[in-house]
Amino acid sequence: MALLEVNHLDVRFALRLGEVHALRDVNFTLERGERLGIVGESGAGKSVAAFSLLNLIAKPGFIAGGEVRFDGKQLNSMSERALRKVRGNRISMIFQDPMMTLNPVLSIGEQMLECLKAHRRISSKEARAIALDKLRQVQIPSPETRLDQYPHELSGGMRQRIIIAIALLLDPDIIIADEPTTALDVTIQAEIMALLLELCEKYNVGLILITHDLGVVSQVTQRMLVMYAGRVIEQGPTREIINDPQHPYTQGLINALPQMATPGEKLNQIRGSMPSLSNLPSGCAFHPRCDFIKRADGTQRPACTQQVPEFVTSGNCKVACHMVAELLDKEANDEARLKETNP
Amino acid sequence: MNAPSSALPSRWERFRDSYLLYSFKRDIVAQISLMVFIALVAVAVLAPWLSPMNPYDLAQIDILSSELPPFWVDGSDAEYLLGTDAQGRDMLSTILYGARVSLMIGFGAVALQALIGVCFGLLAGYLGGRIDAFLMRLADIQLSFSTLMVAIIVGALVKAIFGGETFSAYAVPLLILIIGLAEWPQYARTVRASVLAEKNKEYVDAARVMGLRSKRIMFRHILPNTLSPIFVISTVQIANAIISEAALSFLGLGMPETHPSLGSLIKAGFDYIQSGSWWITLIPGAVLIVLVLSINLLGDWLRDVMNPRLYKG
Amino acid sequence: MNVQAEAMTDHRTPTQNEESAESLLQIRGLKKRFSLSGDFLDQLRFKGGKLVRHQEYVHAINGVNLDIHRGEALCVVGESGCGKSTVARIVMGLITPTEGEIRYNGERIDNLNSRALLAYRKRMQMIFQNPYASLNPRMTIQQTLEEPLRLHHPDWDRQKVVTKVEEVMHSVGIDPDWGKRFGHEFSGGQRQRIAIARALAVDPEFIVADEPISALDVSIQAQVLNLLMEAQQERNLTYLFITHDLAVVEHFGTRVAVMYLGTVCEIANTATLFSKPRHPYTQALMSAIPRLEDDRPQHVRLEGEVPTPVNLPSGCVFHGRCPYANARCKQEIPVLQTQDDGTRVACHAVEEGRL
Repeated sequence: MALLEVNHLDVRFALRLGEVHALRDVNFTLERGERLGIVGESGAGKSVAAFSLLNLIAKPGFIAGGEVRFDGKQLNSMSERALRKVRGNRISMIFQDPMMTLNPVLSIGEQMLECLKAHRRISSKEARAIALDKLRQVQIPSPETRLDQYPHELSGGMRQRIIIAIALLLDPDIIIADEPTTALDVTIQAEIMALLLELCEKYNVGLILITHDLGVVSQVTQRMLVMYAGRVIEQGPTREIINDPQHPYTQGLINALPQMATPGEKLNQIRGSMPSLSNLPSGCAFHPRCDFIKRADGTQRPACTQQVPEFVTSGNCKVACHMVAELLDKEANDEARLKETNP
Repeated sequence: MNAPSSALPSRWERFRDSYLLYSFKRDIVAQISLMVFIALVAVAVLAPWLSPMNPYDLAQIDILSSELPPFWVDGSDAEYLLGTDAQGRDMLSTILYGARVSLMIGFGAVALQALIGVCFGLLAGYLGGRIDAFLMRLADIQLSFSTLMVAIIVGALVKAIFGGETFSAYAVPLLILIIGLAEWPQYARTVRASVLAEKNKEYVDAARVMGLRSKRIMFRHILPNTLSPIFVISTVQIANAIISEAALSFLGLGMPETHPSLGSLIKAGFDYIQSGSWWITLIPGAVLIVLVLSINLLGDWLRDVMNPRLYKG
Repeated sequence: MNVQAEAMTDHRTPTQNEESAESLLQIRGLKKRFSLSGDFLDQLRFKGGKLVRHQEYVHAINGVNLDIHRGEALCVVGESGCGKSTVARIVMGLITPTEGEIRYNGERIDNLNSRALLAYRKRMQMIFQNPYASLNPRMTIQQTLEEPLRLHHPDWDRQKVVTKVEEVMHSVGIDPDWGKRFGHEFSGGQRQRIAIARALAVDPEFIVADEPISALDVSIQAQVLNLLMEAQQERNLTYLFITHDLAVVEHFGTRVAVMYLGTVCEIANTATLFSKPRHPYTQALMSAIPRLEDDRPQHVRLEGEVPTPVNLPSGCVFHGRCPYANARCKQEIPVLQTQDDGTRVACHAVEEGRL
């Protein structure tokens, strides 16, 4: 059994102009020590997915269906009290803006000790020793002095290291990182990502990395989900998806990167923009922007505009696309016919 | 957000779908306050047509029917619903006319405050530097005098120089001027703070890069974006101005008794409260409280709606 | 490799001399410092029983020289706080420089008053980073786009202005019917198109783009970048393009200037820079781009972090983090020196052949 299992997760927001379906039928698993990337543009629902794992969705949002299982226990039906034992302790989170997580009026040491003491019955001395050890692990120079400093005295990169140290404080099983390096400069970003990767491997910690940056995902994660308009549209091993994306949206996303085009030539853009969640197109949500709603022979594929695509398995990946499904069907038929003709 | 559909919503449709209307529909206190406020303003504006008699017309006053109690008290006269005051004026008419004067001074003073305060605030916030320092120190000095003190000094000076007659004749514009001048720093400070926030936004840079003049940037680009806080403090300021006027009148520095506002009515009746004629002072007092309360409650609601940090659509 | 790279750039820019008369915009000896100490009264301090005036400055730009050639896209890259946006804002006259000159077509523009600048406003325009803040929320799209036209062409009648607005809306791919709407009704990408339309409305020849795509989603970034490139070809525009994204630079830039802590450390043709980065900082920056390739991140690790621009390091501003720094780097400020292939690098190690 997987360490974390998400089945048919469905999250909605009750807004004044009607209910918005932020997450529909999201399914994935995470094994112990595995690194999973969740990729998508703003509004795709990737952050909502991360927050709903620990039932941290704030009103007016709520989990309308499905379940999150961690270590065999169902998280979304747990009491707030029981959940608190999981949060921070066995599953910890890293956010985009370190200043959101760090309390500006408490010193680094106070915040780390508070976190340790909330979950474990240990003396201040022991807690301090653990805190120092974690600061060393995230390669913070002169950790003793840092403990007495306040967040505003540290640079952005240093703060994000402290956040990682706090996330590691209670030796969690899973770290959920929501755009952990977006606010940082490229050189710092590379260092923080390398550090996170190294620590996860060393301590066999699972990582759920939420990002819009395909480069980061391809370097850090083993498996990835691509989200579009509240649904997962493609999932599978990272390398396979990056090297050979099946879903037209994933293809478009990768091809749109400047590094995929010849310098000075036009980039391969996807036309249009992501639909609003309150006003989704019928059928496949991507169809108004998709170049493949017509078959190669020019005939219309009616399913694209009428029916929400189901997942089909292509190699090790799962793809929700009518075009891919049709191609796979055709291949299977061809094979069957081949077998019939020459047994 | 997706590409807007081709149909353009009209102004009414925009208003119908707005957060303002939505929150108003869900806030019973705001609805009642607005109804009470509109009702009071309506009867005050329509006073000459609604009131049974004209309290300014000495010919209509009968001194013999003075100090009659309101209708629910023994010894009342059906002709005077809310009784009469010491001079024999019909209380209902006097209150309607008084509310009219109070509201006129309240709105007038706030308009003047807003005019001065918004201009100074825009200049201080946008131009910065020495102009900012000068205007804000001026505001500090102004704020360190209380409104009443300014009013008492100006009022006493005018009375001493031009005599009580002239003062009475020009009481309304004078009070508007006094209260308006005393409270402009509230506006100036609020506007300056939001100008400082808006000034650093890129649309202002874009306007500068375009080559627009400072005046146009201030009034066409920045001012419309500072309207929310201006509306919010306007409600508080109207209530304050009405109270200030009432206080001045009560002290005898406001409206003369021949041309009473709510404040001078309260003062006029105050001497008779001991002799049992409580209605002369208490009824205008109650009207004043209801008026100010309804404005303040509306202001509270408006502040909640317009506070961007509370706003979650 | 290098020869090939040179050949690749050739079709985009004829080889140009750095000091050529073809420069559309020249930046000379530019310095800018911002006071941290508030007004005069805040600066007074008691020191040793005496009242002294104490002032602190952020040294945002410390002696920048740049030439922007007609028809090129000069990209300025660097990390936050390196002064790249300040350069852009000084060029557009939004900030006055502390020292130095800006020349446009040979005419000095940094000391002009706003009336004299008006003529240049028509020729130079700017695109901003945040499309959510760069459109006035209380103005409709039509009003936003008409405003620059009415200002710069007071003699045009209403019909002419409307026609021009329609034309420019078409050219950036927005439906002219949307004119009556407000900015907040559009998505980020559409807003950025509108902002570009506003800049193009007065038919400028030079555009400063300050991180125009970094607030946008990946698929939208490509659209906007394509739009900017199309506009460049159709209108023969010259760009000063500020960004932190090297992948975009590689695609978009004719030449690149790399900035660190208020100084330019390397200027080169794009292909040359990417095939052969010289300055140690450029090398570190390049190795930090997350790529889609298989291998694990093999980036050059820099020690420490960017020092504060309040107390600048002596000598080369990069020496504290540079793996090749020696005693000379700590004392002497390096100047840009032209290499064989036309690249200009400010580094003692490169000059001495240590690197």
